[in-house]
Amino acid sequence: MSETFPPSIRLVFLARLRDVLGSAGEDLTLPSHVLTVGELRGWLAGRGDHWARELAPGRAVRVAINHSLVDAGATVSNGDEVAFFPPVTGG
Amino acid sequence: MSNSVQTGDFDLTREVAALRTGDPRVGAIAIFVGTVRDFNAAAGVSTMTLEHYPGMTEKALAAIEAEARARWRILDVRIVHRIGELKPLDQIVLVAVTSAHRAEAFAACEFIMDYLKTRAPFWKKEGTATGSRWVEARDADDTAAARWE
Repeated sequence: MSETFPPSIRLVFLARLRDVLGSAGEDLTLPSHVLTVGELRGWLAGRGDHWARELAPGRAVRVAINHSLVDAGATVSNGDEVAFFPPVTGG
Repeated sequence: MSNSVQTGDFDLTREVAALRTGDPRVGAIAIFVGTVRDFNAAAGVSTMTLEHYPGMTEKALAAIEAEARARWRILDVRIVHRIGELKPLDQIVLVAVTSAHRAEAFAACEFIMDYLKTRAPFWKKEGTATGSRWVEARDADDTAAARWE
């Protein structure tokens, strides 16, 4: 199976998180050491300011890969859509 | 029956009629309707705006329905959730479940709402004349969902 290198993903930010980060999303080339959702979150927090604040450990942030909820240990792969959002409030 | 994410209102009578559409196996229909409360009792217009994650929303509702079908012997399910700008007294969500007997219909209906409240990608934003704020998730919703595990 051929592998696209470096892998790239589509980031999506929703609801209050989008408003505070000032971004609805971006295409991102995955740094080679970032393999899981938890590592991606930590890497984004490294941008500082509101990124560090909103994505700090302990802040309630949910993540979905390709439209399915995942936890911090989930693997991020080339072509994935990775969405970060606050706990949901529908219903 | 397929579920729906829509801006327009739903007609309860029509939805229930369509759901059980002459099926003589149905002995019970359990229905929940969620509505917009007036959170801003003081003067002025209150709005509630519902955002969702297109692509994931429909998939999440289908997964919640599938889980309910796996746990209880039910016949059909209809979930309708509105998005966009709503106001106090507006209907937000409908969950209707049919089954032969009432225990399964009641349980599945409550389960679907508890899972929708914690897993379906919708977010509410309250608006008043002075500004808007995102509604925060409630611990009670997580507790309610956890009891089904």
